[in-house]
Amino acid sequence: MEYAISVEGLRKRYGEREVLSGVSLSVAAGSVFGLLGPNGAGKTTIVRTLATLLDIEEGKATVAGFDVARQGAEVRKRIGLTGQYAAVDARLTGRENLVLLGTLAHLGRQRARQRAEELLEVFDLQEAANRLVGTYSGGMRRRLDLGASLIAEPEVIFLDEPTTGLDLISRTALWNMVRTQAEAGVTVLLTTQYLEEADQLADRVAVIDQGQVMAEGTPTELKNKVGGERLEITVETAELAQRALVPLAAVGVAAPIVDSTGLRISVALDAGTGGIADAATGLQRAGIAVADFSVRRPSLDDVFLQLTGHRTEDTTVAAAGRTER
Amino acid sequence: MSYVLTDSAALFGRHLTHFKRLPQQLISVTLMPIMFVFLFGYLFGSSMVVPDGKYLDYIMAGILAQMMLANAINTGVGVADDLNNGLVDRFRSLPMTQFSVLLGRTAADLVLNIIALLFMVLVGLLMGWRPHGSALSTIGGVALLLLLGYTMTWLGCLIGLTLRHPQVINSVAMAVTMPLAFLSAGFFPINNLPGWVSAIASWNPVSAIVTGVRELWGNPVGYGDDPSWPLRHPVPVSLITLIVLLLIIVPLATRAYRSAAAKTT
Ligand SMILES: Nc1ncnc2c1ncn2[C@@H]1O[C@H](COP(=O)(O)OP(=O)(O)OP(=O)(O)O)[C@@H](O)[C@H]1O
Ligand SMILES: [Mg+2]
Repeated sequence: MEYAISVEGLRKRYGEREVLSGVSLSVAAGSVFGLLGPNGAGKTTIVRTLATLLDIEEGKATVAGFDVARQGAEVRKRIGLTGQYAAVDARLTGRENLVLLGTLAHLGRQRARQRAEELLEVFDLQEAANRLVGTYSGGMRRRLDLGASLIAEPEVIFLDEPTTGLDLISRTALWNMVRTQAEAGVTVLLTTQYLEEADQLADRVAVIDQGQVMAEGTPTELKNKVGGERLEITVETAELAQRALVPLAAVGVAAPIVDSTGLRISVALDAGTGGIADAATGLQRAGIAVADFSVRRPSLDDVFLQLTGHRTEDTTVAAAGRTER
Repeated sequence: MSYVLTDSAALFGRHLTHFKRLPQQLISVTLMPIMFVFLFGYLFGSSMVVPDGKYLDYIMAGILAQMMLANAINTGVGVADDLNNGLVDRFRSLPMTQFSVLLGRTAADLVLNIIALLFMVLVGLLMGWRPHGSALSTIGGVALLLLLGYTMTWLGCLIGLTLRHPQVINSVAMAVTMPLAFLSAGFFPINNLPGWVSAIASWNPVSAIVTGVRELWGNPVGYGDDPSWPLRHPVPVSLITLIVLLLIIVPLATRAYRSAAAKTT
């Protein structure tokens, strides 16, 4: 397989603190790769290193076939970077920003102008093209920022938390843009704190915590790592919940977990199918009335919890959203 | 190689667009000098005595030199701004010549300085200041001031990239430029000063620069009978000092750009 990005044993320290402790990754050309991790995991450090902004102290990285440490200029010709914080000039218009960056990417005046128009259209910024970026909303800035990273039609793009701070509509729009890029053969490395985002967009995901890759694989592979389906039941009283633990423990592969409300219990089932029926029978025999009975595939939340021992920040929101559906 | 020029030109254009969008910037640069011409030239002028001439004719070079020194602040804050809002990261990820980022900015600041100086010369003329040298040497005086301004924009780049925080840049740049401006022959003839202060002031490069400008403009030099060595050869001394300073500061600022971009904000 051809890799657009490969990283081997990357280490980085700031003073005493080691923020990357031997990261290794391989990203197939034309795929979307998600770096998933909580605050301070080292996602931005990885992206900035690959975009040639940080020196490599230990380890090796190649991007688009070129060594990041020794052939930085070649790498820069082939990448686009959208940093964690929108990097556009607030005192220029949207169009001026794109033309400037196109010129600096050595497209030539003519082509830079042409490319700017194309991107303004793709990112739905035509109407705002002549307005100062200082007057743009956060979502518009982000779109312009993403457009800017595509100006030179890069082979590889890096997106550092591209949807943080965006509303649902902008987020979905951005996801579609990422998919379009991938379909066109561009390799995308994106970082995110949102499990759902990695799940939705990425062909493969690496879970990063404290400068280390905790797990890597397709979203499905990662979910399979934490066992089969999850059974979730909701009961009317906390007392019933306690009583339900016994029959549920009998069918689960791990101890059932009661959530903070004290009314909802979840338990991981064996990969086989008999578990659900057994659980239903067990609960009925114990005379426990169940208000809600549902089975779900394990989410990346579960993967994350299992691998890192702590939940991601948005877990409660994501989990709440899921049960409402 | 030609990319240095096209990249610098593109960034130069960016800064000129900023000036066009915000012409008030010219006012903020010239407001202080206008106040100084007014206060020193008119109000205190009558009670200030310089040998062989009018105080207003004497003070113009000093006021304009101080205006050039203030570049360190504006440029420093501007560079730090790009650094802090991520634009430098973006530039660094592009296949452009990185030196152009500073070259484009300092070139644009030079243009702002030319406009500001011409404006101030006009204000001076309106208030009664007159150069008495040839047209060529008058232009030479302006050029010497511009060289000072250009050196200070590079110093501003160095300070801005090293310190990053606008407030800190402001106070450090002030702490550097204020003594340079006032512990010099910029505003008062230095032989009136107490012994050791006078010695410092006579070797302060700003004294040589303002004396050089006065000489070129045919304005009173005000150093009395026994000037120090730098003041006897003010033009060559200032030229050499400023060129040597540029040769030191430009590489330092370029290095600061590289290492500043490698840090996360
Ligand atoms: N210039 C620096 N000096 C010292 N420590 C730094 C520096 N830059 C980053 N760090 C530290 O390195 C660690 C990893 O930072 P990084 O920005 O890569 O994390 P991240 O995964 O992108 O986090 P977030 O989700 O908050 O963006 C953090 O603990 C951070 O404090
Ligand atoms: Mg980050």
